[in-house]
Amino acid sequence: MNAIELAHVSKIYRRYSGKQFATLKSALLQRSILRELRPSEVFPALDDVSFSVPKGSTYGVIGRNGSGKSTALKLVAGITKPTSGSVRVEGRVSALIELGAGFHPEISGRENVYINGIMLGLSRRDVQARFDEIVDFAEMREFIDAPVKTYSSGMYMRLGFAVAIHVDPDVLLVDEVLAVGDEGFTHKCLDKFAEFRRRGRTVLLVTHSLGLVERFCDDALWLDAGRARDHGDPRRIIDAYLTAVEQGEEHLLATATAKAVAAAAAPAADGDKPGRAPEATSAQSGESELQDMFKAVEGRWGSREVEITEVALLDSAGEPSFVFRSGEAMSVRLTVSAKAPEADFVFGVSLFNADGVCCYGTNTDLEEMAADQIDGAGQVTFAIESLDLVEGTYKLDVAVHKRDGYPYDYHRLLYTFRVKSRTHDVGFYRPHHRWIFSGGIRFKADTAREGKKPLQP
Amino acid sequence: MFAHLAQLIRYRGLIVSLVARELKARYRGSVLGFLWSFINPLLLLSIYTFVFTVVFPNTNPYTKPYALFFFCGILPWNWFASSLMESSSALVAGGNLIKKVLFPAEILPLVNVFANMVHFCLGLLILAAFIVGYRHWPDGAGLLWFPVTVLVQLVFTCALALFLSALTVHFRDIRDLLANLLMFWFWATPIIYPWTDPNVSRFHSLFNLNPFTHLAVTYQEILFFPGPVGHARWLLALGVASVVLFLAAYWFFDRLRDSFAEAV
Repeated sequence: MNAIELAHVSKIYRRYSGKQFATLKSALLQRSILRELRPSEVFPALDDVSFSVPKGSTYGVIGRNGSGKSTALKLVAGITKPTSGSVRVEGRVSALIELGAGFHPEISGRENVYINGIMLGLSRRDVQARFDEIVDFAEMREFIDAPVKTYSSGMYMRLGFAVAIHVDPDVLLVDEVLAVGDEGFTHKCLDKFAEFRRRGRTVLLVTHSLGLVERFCDDALWLDAGRARDHGDPRRIIDAYLTAVEQGEEHLLATATAKAVAAAAAPAADGDKPGRAPEATSAQSGESELQDMFKAVEGRWGSREVEITEVALLDSAGEPSFVFRSGEAMSVRLTVSAKAPEADFVFGVSLFNADGVCCYGTNTDLEEMAADQIDGAGQVTFAIESLDLVEGTYKLDVAVHKRDGYPYDYHRLLYTFRVKSRTHDVGFYRPHHRWIFSGGIRFKADTAREGKKPLQP
Repeated sequence: MFAHLAQLIRYRGLIVSLVARELKARYRGSVLGFLWSFINPLLLLSIYTFVFTVVFPNTNPYTKPYALFFFCGILPWNWFASSLMESSSALVAGGNLIKKVLFPAEILPLVNVFANMVHFCLGLLILAAFIVGYRHWPDGAGLLWFPVTVLVQLVFTCALALFLSALTVHFRDIRDLLANLLMFWFWATPIIYPWTDPNVSRFHSLFNLNPFTHLAVTYQEILFFPGPVGHARWLLALGVASVVLFLAAYWFFDRLRDSFAEAV
């Protein structure tokens, strides 16, 4: 038994010709009223999307901005009609699309609750019976007789939410409206959802909050550019979606990096000035080298007697990547070549976060490796067993220089990568850790599971 | 289309609430509040009465007392004109609602018509006071025609309101066009001058083309002029035409309905 069924639904939005002011005149003059009403451009918001939501289940729809999520919701709500295909919904529908959409600013909250309730399909008597419950839920008892225009936006949303949720629909449509109040109110909303589920009502949830989908939904649909990419178990869908988002980011980072490298390579090629970076000569020790990086800008310099010809970031499988999971292995692989044999060389690597703070820096000299000889080509791999960084964007310095700091080839902040994590912890370093509790301290089983998740991606 | 019409009846509770809200919201925050519903027509009346009894004295003996005569015509006209002006922008103004909440959009223009009908009814109280004040009693039997006339005007106004509101979504110029058209329409209707004036009689065939002529003249015959309601046949014809017009306008509205949520 399905509460919602969409079969091969397409929705094509039309863009009307922009000359709003000329339309009537020209339409009359050229007798083209009907032609003017025809679209000049079309834009498919949904393209052959089919899905069904069984009665009593909670269904999540995820996807990027502009992927057609809200359009799908509006079709289910009946606010717009599909261009082709069929939409079937069983039972009373209430759509939390925009809270308090029908509120009139001049009249009191009380009167607005009545009108909003009737607009959402209740009778006057129904509203009367639920009025106290609505007001209490919205925590608005003292302001209910003040005109709505005097409400804060939070009050406005809360009242709108309270009315919509008390319509007691068979099918509830929710479009990203849970962030309507403070923490306490959000919890109340979530409790209300849970109650809905318990009572066997159907919920269609459109959101960017993947955590909500994972916690609440029995099934999930992933929309991408108007098409249904996949649907099924929320965990699987979310993972697939996140992977796609990473791929997209990876592509962006790859392009950005290629651009930065190309831009940095250009000046170094003609202005052959090894001492271009003022701090290069004073960079006697690793310590001062790291300090100077605070004011670093991206670039590349050096004599190129030893050259870093390629830098690759590799994931645990050895594949080039720009997005890594926290705790995963990562390798920085430098391809180097020396024009002539050199005996004085140091390889260095440092990591910076987006604020330019050095998270870690080291070189072969600091680690007391005595250079012997470099001749011709070779590869240097800096292998990180476990990338214990919090989520964020990081940049990488790689360099080969003499022990006194004389730069052969210095790549500053040219390489960008992202670290992803399910845990929103802060700082930049995540020490490998676990929590141990003893005595009368207990956590709910499912939250403890969630807390562990990021450590086992 | 007829399914939608039937659905409209289910939504009558909403229409009533919205009309009430419209009336409340209009005067919320004003000192005199609902009294404005009485003051507005009275002020208008005193201006026109001054102009047409003192500045350009109306010599037509039939129109005495002039204030009462004028009131019989201007009251329904105000209902008509305000309804059209407000309903023409109803869908555009209620755009947020149409895009976010599922309910029949035709309610919005209709609410404007009904809200103005309430003002009309309040105006009737003043009219009744004038009738008593002048002791200029209308014909008892003719009064039976009064509800019919109101009904015909209601259907006629609703038809135009639906049509204009739907069209304004796509052509915003309707609003400005309408303001000018209504001005012309007002002067082309026997409201400030009597239908029976010899100068008007010469153009009766032209005046007959104006639907509001028949409404205004009927109101005047019922409430002001002695004798039977001679214009009743015209009124009934207009009534039939209005029903046809309403169905046509509703069909037109229904056809454009799906474009509203995208175009407003």
